[in-house]
Amino acid sequence: MKLDSKIPSGPLESKWERHKFDLKLVSPANKRKFDIIVVGSGLAGASAAATLGELGYNVKCFCFQDSPRRAHSIAAQGGINAAKNYRGDGDSVYRLFYDTIKGGDFRSREANVYRLAEVSGHIIDQCVAQGVPFAREYGGLLDNRSFGGAQVSRTFYARGQTGQQLLLGAYSSLSRQIGAGQVKMFPKTEMLDLVLVDGRARGIVVRNLVTGKIESHAADAVILATGGYGNVFYLSTNAKGSNVTATYRAYKRGAAFGNPCFTQIHPTCIPVKGDYQSKLTLMSESLRNDGRVWVPKAKGDKRQPAEIPEGERDYYLERKYPSFGNLAPRDIASRSAKEVCDEGRGIGESAFGVYLDFADSIKRLGEDKIRARYGNLFDMYERITDENPYKRPMRIYPAVHYTMGGLWVDYNLMSTIPGLHVLGEANFSDHGANRLGASALMQGLADGYFVIPYTIANYLAGQKLEKITTSHDAFKAAEEGCGARVNKLLSIKGSRTVDSFHRELGKIMWDKCGMARDRNGLQEALKEIPKLRDEFWNDVRVAGAGDELNQSLEKAGRVADFMEFAELMCLDALTREESCGGHFRNEYQTPDGEAMRNDENFCHVAVWEHEGSTDAPAKGHKRHIEPLVYENVKLATRSYK
Amino acid sequence: MKLKLHVWRQKDQSSPGRMETYDANDISPNMSFLEMLDVVNEDLIKDGKDPIAFEHDCREGICGSCGLMVNGVAHGPQDATTTCQLHMRSFQDGEELYIEPWRAHGFPVRRDLVVDRSAFDRIIQAGGFISVNSGAAQDANALPIRKVDADEAFNAAACIGCGACVAACKNASAMLFVSAKVAQFSLLPQGQPERQERALNMVNQMQEEGFGNCTNQYECEAVCPKQISTDYIAKLNREFIKASLSSHDARK
Repeated sequence: MKLDSKIPSGPLESKWERHKFDLKLVSPANKRKFDIIVVGSGLAGASAAATLGELGYNVKCFCFQDSPRRAHSIAAQGGINAAKNYRGDGDSVYRLFYDTIKGGDFRSREANVYRLAEVSGHIIDQCVAQGVPFAREYGGLLDNRSFGGAQVSRTFYARGQTGQQLLLGAYSSLSRQIGAGQVKMFPKTEMLDLVLVDGRARGIVVRNLVTGKIESHAADAVILATGGYGNVFYLSTNAKGSNVTATYRAYKRGAAFGNPCFTQIHPTCIPVKGDYQSKLTLMSESLRNDGRVWVPKAKGDKRQPAEIPEGERDYYLERKYPSFGNLAPRDIASRSAKEVCDEGRGIGESAFGVYLDFADSIKRLGEDKIRARYGNLFDMYERITDENPYKRPMRIYPAVHYTMGGLWVDYNLMSTIPGLHVLGEANFSDHGANRLGASALMQGLADGYFVIPYTIANYLAGQKLEKITTSHDAFKAAEEGCGARVNKLLSIKGSRTVDSFHRELGKIMWDKCGMARDRNGLQEALKEIPKLRDEFWNDVRVAGAGDELNQSLEKAGRVADFMEFAELMCLDALTREESCGGHFRNEYQTPDGEAMRNDENFCHVAVWEHEGSTDAPAKGHKRHIEPLVYENVKLATRSYK
Repeated sequence: MKLKLHVWRQKDQSSPGRMETYDANDISPNMSFLEMLDVVNEDLIKDGKDPIAFEHDCREGICGSCGLMVNGVAHGPQDATTTCQLHMRSFQDGEELYIEPWRAHGFPVRRDLVVDRSAFDRIIQAGGFISVNSGAAQDANALPIRKVDADEAFNAAACIGCGACVAACKNASAMLFVSAKVAQFSLLPQGQPERQERALNMVNQMQEEGFGNCTNQYECEAVCPKQISTDYIAKLNREFIKASLSSHDARK
């Protein structure tokens, strides 16, 4: 496999500008001759579909939800970063670039990250023009707050519902194009396979989730904006429907997968309460602006929080990282929480929890000010836990939140399959080994509004694409494969439900490929996963039929892919013999427990290639590397002390 | 906790439906309402029966997918709460619950508790946007907006499009939904150029979809999980009348 990242030469600051000029254009009259498929309608998918529609392409957009407005970007709470420097506090494009590279523990591409920082300001302009009601100050200008891993205030926000407001902005633009007939929307339609003709991505096979009908769509290029794979852990902050199927099917068709083991565990989520738990709920990182994280100094201290005097509390983030304190990056904050709980100092019934305490801020600012800042989050916390966080510190614990890994893409966001482009969380590109807070929204919208509209024209104008229709053999074969798989899942009629398998897989992954990993655990997982997968294919019980609305079948197809994908994640974690960002290997740490990178051998992207047929679990996965070249930033040990 | 559930079952849009009764045993008060249904469904699947279909996705009250009538109340008994955020501690041990889908002409049942809400998408497509192409925007701070207006626009924009307002209304009116979007944009300077056409086109589309009109019962506001105010309906009426009287061309 040949990996060409297509990073433009020349100085960092002018790479994108020059590259945009070098890219081929499709003239306005010719755009209507091209069909583009966009899978996913979150921030990346909706912004791409809307923009490509505005430009005049024929776009088809697909989502499994009943409306494009429900994609899981909607749940992002805290905010979106942009290097506007409206506060005059020392921010700049270069500083946002540097913070992001450092936050990612020096495992992302300089050129991509710089471009991200460069277009970040335009995103805010675009969203305001769409009518997104960002928080404002009394003078009428936009407000900012600070987020983890940064010492400037560059995060724009709309109360604790920033993702919702940004997505509704993109959805409104998308709706305008749907109304104008430029975009044809297919809600409740799930992609099951990618179709290649002559080695190029030329379409997809989908299942209509209402009628169960399997059908194909052909196009000149395909864009996947299908989000992350955090649900491989079963319990995560992702929506229940979020899944790996689209990207994993593309992987099996030949698209390379970058850094699958890079997963983000978010430090502030509501702790697990019982076996029936179906998902975990995030409490925005922005809360760490005013909340202080602590546990008792003594092990097994079962007193109520109010009864524990100040001197017997350990504000461990402030103690260990005095300059960033409670705003240490996510990977560090999560691991620190795990450490204190492993020491036996965790709080709550399960002892897997730490306090996030607002008492000092309420004393300093008053309850009203705190309510104005975080009211909806406090209400949500109370609804779930039945505890009042104004009176009693929140109980929080880390949970799976985001996946930095994803399909490998070049600078043009094209995968190793010509014509297949990948945007947002679904690609691997910008966050390295750890994503900073408020950067996911930025990346999704950067890819969709400001990158893909330029780069996809270069692909379309650069080759002669024969017109094909879905009557082509490749489509028929892929449809048959998908139909056979559906029938197989329905015919097993075993004794265990899909959820019970998914929970078991999730537990293996959380225990052995979670916040801390080691060689033995990963090797065990690599034995346990294929065993569980065999059991799944012999003993799963999927209710109902294929030609109807069947949620049990939808889940089964997604879990079947997680069962294969989990192996790839563990393999990647096993072969990356270093600790970096969210990937912490117990074998590789400094004496004081910090991640120890190995730049000599692992300053690269691990790029995986599938080996074997598409309708059976992989025979093998081949590891390639894309070396990361740092021309501007000096590799340093990440320190937040 | 033990509960008795009466649940609406319907195979598809064209088949007749009926209420069926199920026992929900071993329910923890800390479960969410949907987790309780998960438990019931796991048992149904193990017994070789079809599980109860219901919409859900984020399960944190923001995507707007979920929505059930619980004992005749959209999203159940707790104020300002979506079904996924409703917890079983809101109910008593031994209680009987009646669980039904949204009932409205504009929301046909797809299966069991799942309804088709695509009418809402079509209403937005008719005018729920500001026409600005990507890349054409001026600097965000070039347009100061009074904080009170921005905050009020946010309150309207908080709508999650779940459809509870329609389900709770005896007229199956979608006016709370429509008014929230119209109000958000009419409060902001960016929304002014299309202000009249937006109100007219969205209201027309709402009527084409078969939703009724408001007769001031305030049931929508009472069940809205985001507490969208009926003041916006008054605002929508004003916007619609003004636009009808002054617009050069009432339809685009």
